[in-house]
Amino acid sequence: MGLEYVRISPGFEKYMPKDYVDLVQYGQFGRQIDVQQLGQFKELVEEHPMCAGCFMAYFIRVFYAALPNPEDTIVIGTAGCARLALSQAAVPFVYGNYGDTNAVASGLKRALTIRFPDKEKDVVVIAGDGGLIDIGFGMTMHSWFRREKFTTIMVDNEVYGNTGGQESGMSPKGVQLKMAPKGKQFDKINAVELAKTAGCVYVAKLAPTNPKRIAKTIRRAILAARHFGPTFIHAYTSCNIEYSIPTEKVLEDARKREKQDFGFYEWMTDEVKEYFEEIEKQSQEVKA
Amino acid sequence: MPEQRVVDADYLLLEAPRERKFITGAQAMAEAVKRANVDIAIAYPITPQSEVMHLVGDIWAQGYLKDYYRAEEEYGAMSAIAGAVRGGARAFSATSGPGLLRGLEAIASWPGHRIPAVLGVLTRVVNAPLSIQPDNVEIAYLLHCGMVVLHAENQQDVFDFTLAGFVISEKVDVYIPVAVCTEGFFVTHAKGYVSMTPEDMKLPPRDPYKAPVPPTDCEIPPARIQRDAPVQKSNFMSYLIHAVWQQEVWSSNIRAMKYIYKYLGGPIEVVNPDAEVFIVASGCAAAQGREAVRYAQLEGLNVGLVKVKSIRPFPEKEIREVLKKAKAVIVPEHNIVGWLAKEVKAAIPDNDKVIGGPRVYGGMTLPVELIMEKVYSALGIKKEKKVVV
Repeated sequence: MGLEYVRISPGFEKYMPKDYVDLVQYGQFGRQIDVQQLGQFKELVEEHPMCAGCFMAYFIRVFYAALPNPEDTIVIGTAGCARLALSQAAVPFVYGNYGDTNAVASGLKRALTIRFPDKEKDVVVIAGDGGLIDIGFGMTMHSWFRREKFTTIMVDNEVYGNTGGQESGMSPKGVQLKMAPKGKQFDKINAVELAKTAGCVYVAKLAPTNPKRIAKTIRRAILAARHFGPTFIHAYTSCNIEYSIPTEKVLEDARKREKQDFGFYEWMTDEVKEYFEEIEKQSQEVKA
Repeated sequence: MPEQRVVDADYLLLEAPRERKFITGAQAMAEAVKRANVDIAIAYPITPQSEVMHLVGDIWAQGYLKDYYRAEEEYGAMSAIAGAVRGGARAFSATSGPGLLRGLEAIASWPGHRIPAVLGVLTRVVNAPLSIQPDNVEIAYLLHCGMVVLHAENQQDVFDFTLAGFVISEKVDVYIPVAVCTEGFFVTHAKGYVSMTPEDMKLPPRDPYKAPVPPTDCEIPPARIQRDAPVQKSNFMSYLIHAVWQQEVWSSNIRAMKYIYKYLGGPIEVVNPDAEVFIVASGCAAAQGREAVRYAQLEGLNVGLVKVKSIRPFPEKEIREVLKKAKAVIVPEHNIVGWLAKEVKAAIPDNDKVIGGPRVYGGMTLPVELIMEKVYSALGIKKEKKVVV
């Protein structure tokens, strides 16, 4: 597209809602934002009803700022906390049924490839641990086996936050949650290894302590998905409500988990590595 | 594959020359897909449907479709259909019995998501106990989804309903999916004569911008789509938005009726409109009802048939009119629950004249003699039962 659809026809500026005019004039469309400029431009998502201190809300804010091409991106989500913010962004959002994200994304990406063979249209799934690794597990895995060209981001809060704090497959072993009154009986599922085994070409794991690195990881995952195949990011986004983390301690908690089991991890195939080396070299040449 | 040229939908459905072929119901469905300019088909195996999606896979391999794949299971297949249609593609899938039920959460949400697509439903027993035979109880589960539900009697209907299904589904004032149901094996695996439009003609491609709800393809201005997301903002807004949306889905369903008249000759077919006793039936049961009308004629009995082609929208007005003077109404069915008898009873005022049966289930055949027994009893004729050993 895309900018031709975003831009306001001359003469209509004063009739458009201010919110829209600001998005076009001071927003991200058509330009690359440095994530450290957050707060200095009109963001794609502003209002959201997520809890105070929610690290998932912060991650989603950084996610939108990191999009390489927001005017040609479609976000897909499912039931859970993330969609509360995702549904209020100025980027098309598909909310389907429970755990269906990666099947919907497969159909959508294929349709866009049929209809716009010469345009890059990025499809990104953002869903929780329950949506992707419990109820949607089969569809998540099979979209990777089929090498569908879109990005899957798991915002892992280790609990069903939106339905009131039930155990998920990604909850750590032993944690007492609803539906696990005696504590979780089995280990946290190793989603990163599953993604690698299932055929993802770029896999990363992170705790959201470093916005620049989050943005770079998201950009890389989206760019690699365009050209090579499925990509996956496993992000720790704590639930400060169900895990009773005081609001002022959420960053401290993320840093702690980063040291324990969410240390930054990035894996990619050789061809993806070569591709990044090539484009990063090109962008340095442009700067020089 | 022959070079296909796009022709006007009305021309293809109503005027184009037709050639008669002796083919199976599965072939008839695939032949309709071949002429429907379908972008993507998504398959998952289940007996007796599999044959349809094998053949659709073959026509993709020949170049008639742009994409095709075997999904992980029906929930994944039907969800991917929703994704593809939201992305602006014309899409097709087919399933049977337990597969339909596995995909039903996704399928039931298609009308609300305003997904125009065609779904082949090649009926089979819903387990348990396990059976693969052509019982059609699964149609009962489809009736409350909001989608258009057509029930084909034979191979010809399968071809006509499937091809017209794409056109009806994509009408701007309809824009909900169409299910084309028929009995597995009896129709899918048996051959019949089918008059088909030329192989080198196809429907115009889908225009996703001729739509009440725009496609999700980033070719329209971006908007914050849920500034006040209904679910979390207030219960009142949540009720209201859901309520008006559902009203619109069901109004769309009713608006499909005029296109059923235009392209399928109406939602019902009436044989012997002045009959004393009517058989009201759909799908294969209508074929047996037709045969019962012939038996009755040979015996000098005044029996007629109402074949119901469209189950949703249900032709209440039409059925009420035809059955006004009927002395008795017999509703033979291929399922135990009698979903069609319930629909007919709900549609007419003097419904104590409706005889819900005969019913065969588990996929058994429906002998014409069973229908005749009901005819005799309705007319007060006592027959001695002949037992052939």
